[in-house]
Amino acid sequence: MKSYTTRAVAFVASAALLALTACSAGSSTSGGPSAGGDQSLSLGLVAEPASLDFTTTDGAAIPQALLGNVYESLVKQDESGKIVPALAKSWTVSPDRKTYTFDLVDNAKFSNDKPFTAADAVFSINRVKTAWTTSLKAAMDVVQEAKALSPTQLQVTLTKPSNGWLFRMTTRIGAMFSETGVSALATEPIGTGPYKFSKWNRGDSIVLQRNDAYWGTKPYFQQITLKYFKDPTALNNALLTGTINVITTVQAPEALTQFTSNEKYQVIEGTTNGEVLLSFNNSKPVFRDIRTRQAIRQAIDHKALLDTCFAGRGKLIGSMVPPTDPWYEDLTGVAPYDLAKAKSLLQASGAAGATLRLRLPTLPYATSCGQVVKSQLEQAGLKVQIDQLEFPAAWLTTVLKNADYDMSIIAHVEPRDLGSVFSPTYYTRYNDPELQQLLAAADAGDEKAQLDNMRKAGRRLSEQAASDWLFLLPNLIVADKNLTGLPQNAITENFDLSRLARS
Amino acid sequence: MLVFGFLAVLPGDPARVALGVNASDEAVAELRRQFGLDRSLPVQYVDWLGGLLRGDLGTSYVSKAAIGPQVFDRLQVTLILVVAAMAIALVLAVPAGTVMAARHRRLSGVALSALSQVGVAVPAFLAGILLIMVFAVKLGWLPANGWTPPAQDPAMFLRQLVLPALSLGLVQGAVLTRYVRSAVLDVLREDYLRTARAKGLRPFPALWRHGLRNAAVPVVTVLGLQLATLLIGAVVVERVFVIPGLGSLLLDGVSQRDLILVQDVVMVLVVAVLLVNFLVDLLYVALDPRLRTGTR
Repeated sequence: MKSYTTRAVAFVASAALLALTACSAGSSTSGGPSAGGDQSLSLGLVAEPASLDFTTTDGAAIPQALLGNVYESLVKQDESGKIVPALAKSWTVSPDRKTYTFDLVDNAKFSNDKPFTAADAVFSINRVKTAWTTSLKAAMDVVQEAKALSPTQLQVTLTKPSNGWLFRMTTRIGAMFSETGVSALATEPIGTGPYKFSKWNRGDSIVLQRNDAYWGTKPYFQQITLKYFKDPTALNNALLTGTINVITTVQAPEALTQFTSNEKYQVIEGTTNGEVLLSFNNSKPVFRDIRTRQAIRQAIDHKALLDTCFAGRGKLIGSMVPPTDPWYEDLTGVAPYDLAKAKSLLQASGAAGATLRLRLPTLPYATSCGQVVKSQLEQAGLKVQIDQLEFPAAWLTTVLKNADYDMSIIAHVEPRDLGSVFSPTYYTRYNDPELQQLLAAADAGDEKAQLDNMRKAGRRLSEQAASDWLFLLPNLIVADKNLTGLPQNAITENFDLSRLARS
Repeated sequence: MLVFGFLAVLPGDPARVALGVNASDEAVAELRRQFGLDRSLPVQYVDWLGGLLRGDLGTSYVSKAAIGPQVFDRLQVTLILVVAAMAIALVLAVPAGTVMAARHRRLSGVALSALSQVGVAVPAFLAGILLIMVFAVKLGWLPANGWTPPAQDPAMFLRQLVLPALSLGLVQGAVLTRYVRSAVLDVLREDYLRTARAKGLRPFPALWRHGLRNAAVPVVTVLGLQLATLLIGAVVVERVFVIPGLGSLLLDGVSQRDLILVQDVVMVLVVAVLLVNFLVDLLYVALDPRLRTGTR
């Protein structure tokens, strides 16, 4: 066969032709392609929003782009997870922990030129209950009344004390809208933030312009382009060829070496709120026996799994609490890898030899980790049958809504989602009155009570083996070396653009 | 009707996709009502078809924006890409195919022929990945991906167009070369060409004056079919090169179960293919006078 030579000929010929075309097309610009000058910045992101309206469309992509950048909330989280002032300069809590009084900044303006006042805050809070359709709106159910005491003072009364409410006000639920600026949220977001929405090239990018009338410290960059890439290789190539300056989320950690070994780039590695669960359907008879659940946890060698399916990046966790939450404790020792123990637990519970359906969403980490889980569980004496379900559409309907599954693998990326994920009505079908009590006590109590009860809740989940926690997704960012202000840990819903600068 | 039927039985619910992993059943039911998904399928179908006849492509479930302008925008991008690819394919195929036919018993003809076989075997997306690796990542001559509207920055537009158009055009060119070769070979064996040679014309001028027009008829047929293939091939290449064309709109629509959008895009593609076939028929008549008398 002479296919090698013909292929070589083909390659040389096409290369020559390409070179010709390349020269003529590139002749009108000088130098290589570059992402903007000193005043502008391009970021590469993964999931493009389907709409710009997070009041009716769920998903992390919209708040990632807009919250904190275009929209602001009364309070926000700093890098250590503490709740700090934003549009509210300060606030007080009544002794019965039911009434919050916020003093608002007096110089904030919406991008439609209307000033921000307490009336807008009342409007925004009430609107969550009336106009939002995503189920996150339930976080506002605890509010009895919001009223404007003066243009710069807002009073919110709750039906019962709730620590969770103030925290949720740092998320998209707390975003402040203008009374006259909600007519076209899906295409024209209007907020008070350091950046103004400028343009959305659907299927490609969102462009933000600096808000020169911003009430706080004005950001460094004049223009920021958020470019969306579905293909991780295309995303990497865009940084390598200078089309973008930052990869905000590295999708394929095994490809990271091409950046770590290159002087031009910095690699940031921290933690996120994204717990990758091997979730159990706790309503299935096989999972009602705690010994089966424990056996599965102990049959998995998490370190080996992380090395194989996520290139060793990420952090091992033993429960639903990421290290940036105040009540984190290292619970990886609760169910250590022990194959012999797992086998005997399975014998005792009678689940040895049972066939479990592992229904995976078509996401890269789920597909690759699923194979490892299967082989490790089969060593312990279970049979695992893998199905792939198209994500999001098919997976959401089959697993999330109908709970037609035994096990699945998915990352839960919401902050402080312990209570919502392990609930009897959610797809985990985890019915545990004791856990519910701990969570209720944490929400109602003072700071110390919250800390104690949340810590107990985290431990209980781990000891009860309500699911297995494969690992915590890492915050992996690659960027131009001279860029500053990138977040070490990704613990908020938004990607904060206001602190980015070039040194 | 077929498209509508298939999409209706596809698992997955646009309302649930829009509301994500935390959605309550009540919220999903409410959104289904807003989308009009609680109506019976025939009602939905008639509603959509009625809109199409009025030139109204409807409103997307997911983005809540009118679909018409979106599809139109994306269609332009895809058309530019397809036309550029076709141009490359033609520029490549016509001379190469002719030379291959004229020299089909010599080494140069055989070598070209083998080369085109390689081109036929390589899928466009693989060609794209190879081109990116060599010309964007290694050499840094051209951007690896992206799209700039020509009105905004013509130079950047051209630079970004080169690699995707090449990866589609080289492959299609290779396929087309095979057809040009066999068409020209057939023509070479015709009596009138032998007569032309006998009059004293040298081989290439004879082919040029008497042969090419005759050879063009079968090639145009293939060209029409290939244009349809290119529209589909563009879907994959658009993903590799991150180009906001019709293909990426279609893929996003499917994954979000934005059913109206998917139906519209498929309709537009069908209309485009029909148009191409119509144009090919017109070209036949222009190329071959015999077909014109047939209509009298």
